[in-house]
Amino acid sequence: MTPPEPRACHTPQSSRGRILARVRAAVAGAPEAPEPARDHLASHAPGDPADLADLLHANLADYRAVVHRTDGPGLPALIARLLADHGARSVAVPDGLPDHWLGDADAERRTDEEPLTTRRLDETDAVVTGCALAIAETGTIVLDGGPGQGRRALSLIPDLHICVVRAPGQIVASVPQALPLLDPARPLTWISGPSATSDIELDRVEGVHGPRRLEAVLLTGAQR
Amino acid sequence: MRRSTTPAHGAAPVHLGMPSFPRAAAEAVHDRTLRANLRHATHTIREKRAGAVAELDDWDRLREAGKRIKDHTLRHLDRYLEQLEEAVTGAGGAVHWAEDAAEANRIVTALVKQTGEREVVKVKSMATQEIGLNEALRAEGIAAYETDLAELIVQLGDDRPSHILVPAIHRNRGEIRDIFADRMGRWGRPAPEGLGDDPRELAEAARLHLREKFLRARVAVSGANFMVAETGTLVVVESEGNGRMCLTLPETLISVVGIEKTVPTWRDLEVFLQTLPRSSTAERMNPYTSMWTGTAAARARDGDGPRTFHLVLLDNGRTGVLADDVGRQALRCIRCSACLNVCPVYERAGGHAYGSVYPGPIGAILSPQLRGIGSDIDASLPYASSLCGACFEVCPVAIDIPEVLVHLRERVADRGGAGRRLEKAAVKAAGWLLDHPGALAAVERTASRTRALLPNRPPGAGAWTAERELPELPPEPFRDWWRKNRT
Ligand code: SF4
Repeated sequence: MTPPEPRACHTPQSSRGRILARVRAAVAGAPEAPEPARDHLASHAPGDPADLADLLHANLADYRAVVHRTDGPGLPALIARLLADHGARSVAVPDGLPDHWLGDADAERRTDEEPLTTRRLDETDAVVTGCALAIAETGTIVLDGGPGQGRRALSLIPDLHICVVRAPGQIVASVPQALPLLDPARPLTWISGPSATSDIELDRVEGVHGPRRLEAVLLTGAQR
Repeated sequence: MRRSTTPAHGAAPVHLGMPSFPRAAAEAVHDRTLRANLRHATHTIREKRAGAVAELDDWDRLREAGKRIKDHTLRHLDRYLEQLEEAVTGAGGAVHWAEDAAEANRIVTALVKQTGEREVVKVKSMATQEIGLNEALRAEGIAAYETDLAELIVQLGDDRPSHILVPAIHRNRGEIRDIFADRMGRWGRPAPEGLGDDPRELAEAARLHLREKFLRARVAVSGANFMVAETGTLVVVESEGNGRMCLTLPETLISVVGIEKTVPTWRDLEVFLQTLPRSSTAERMNPYTSMWTGTAAARARDGDGPRTFHLVLLDNGRTGVLADDVGRQALRCIRCSACLNVCPVYERAGGHAYGSVYPGPIGAILSPQLRGIGSDIDASLPYASSLCGACFEVCPVAIDIPEVLVHLRERVADRGGAGRRLEKAAVKAAGWLLDHPGALAAVERTASRTRALLPNRPPGAGAWTAERELPELPPEPFRDWWRKNRT
């Protein structure tokens, strides 16, 4: 790693100038730090895409997400059933969500074209989104606000989150494989199971402030 | 009310009337509920952590990579901070620099006042606890609501945090029930009638209580686990979703972050996002991680996240730590709390005995460096350890805590009179704490360890070791005891 070039010195009288001057003085005589070897593994998972979907499935389920699999033609019926099973009467619809995903659902659709207010979202039972990618090894789904994912508030406030992951296309094995595919300029939310806390006697309890129920749908095979 | 005060020179607060570690620890040991709670909690998490770590064949390499990335960053911290500032500013954020707690509190208070708001929601943040921000805001008529479940328990209970990750670890479910039932109504929505002590019910009560605060909040205050210099991205790792609420819904976000939280590149996160969750909550990944870069999200899409973002970079003694050849490794800490969970002294003494927001082994090396060894509590902290080395073994950034402890003991001993008195009391307390005949001998072994670590030290320089006749000791008695008793 090569550190960036030093910038021109700013006013040393400022707090900024004094802090930076103290940092420089503190490390002036320190030995150069050795380069990170970065010889850790790029992945701990099997290479076969089918295995990756299984691993993602297992790890999501391990942290109490409910995982389903379907192909494109089966998706609208599955989403409709999940919404109905949870008694969801209204569903937030992020911009860019394929229309037919909610084609069979009875729940009232609330689109975000005219941005949904926080209060309105609080009165909305569910949200359906896609994702940017998923990480098999850790059971993680990453949202980046792209098409079909919406503003962060949409996937946060409603109590039921149904999240569709295209398999195998959107699944990577590991954290090191995920980062280069993500754009830090976008707002990123990494989700590994539903909201949880271990604050009471270190017992894990699902469901605090985020959606208490996460239904992950692995969309396999024919995707239309 | 947290009984703390900010000293005139603006460093971290020392809890008022805080006795030195030996006295506080002795009191804690008599508190049987506290000991039982702590023992249960630390033993549970300890085993889970070992399992989560064992899943990764390359753990040692990840640990080494984390250590080196942090060392490299610290060596060139000036340049990375400048780069970070440029990136955050370029993404629409404003960067402020705070030399000490008083300045940071002034900056945050002024920023909140500018918004015209009188309340803020807070994501759990060690840095804001360190500077006593809630108290400073309250003095200016601004209410700061903690939203992490454990922080809420601490805040409602007029209590102090006792663990980095689980600040209310000293409370059991019955006590938490009572606190919620008694106190929630004073701050907002009361606890449901007939609240029981099932953790599920308690979590639900917290959800309902805080929901209204999230929905109306216009200003949030957070810390951050990492700041990426290259991109200006901040990262908050959490479990409950209170972080997502605070980082997403308000119009103004103010993040107060220690300068040592910087990492150079986006790619560096691949190391820490693997080591932090497994070390802290023993999970493959924590439920939620949020990453944002300035106000890019709000500008790209109307209403996605805060429109105003302020980053307050906090020194508050860190540059002093950085100047110490041995002590600076403490700045690698990613606050996972694994060292607390394996520490036999922490388990018996409890977090409050450390007299600082940083308890356990990391607190024992960080507080005396951040605050200096002027007070009894800070001077006694380097002795709050048996030097068994378990903390070093689990540390995901390989901080040699025993080495730093020994180094700090020498600094205390060099103070002469008062230092010697504290040292004697602390050594005695530590031995007694460990509640085992081998324990005191183990403390004595400290001395030989000091010698081994510093073979070329001139006679007399390390007063603590040099003045002591070492008894003949059986080889590593404490380690044997520890191995037998560690689970
Ligand atoms: S010192 Fe190491 S083990 Fe302890 S909290 Fe910091 S990073 Fe974790």
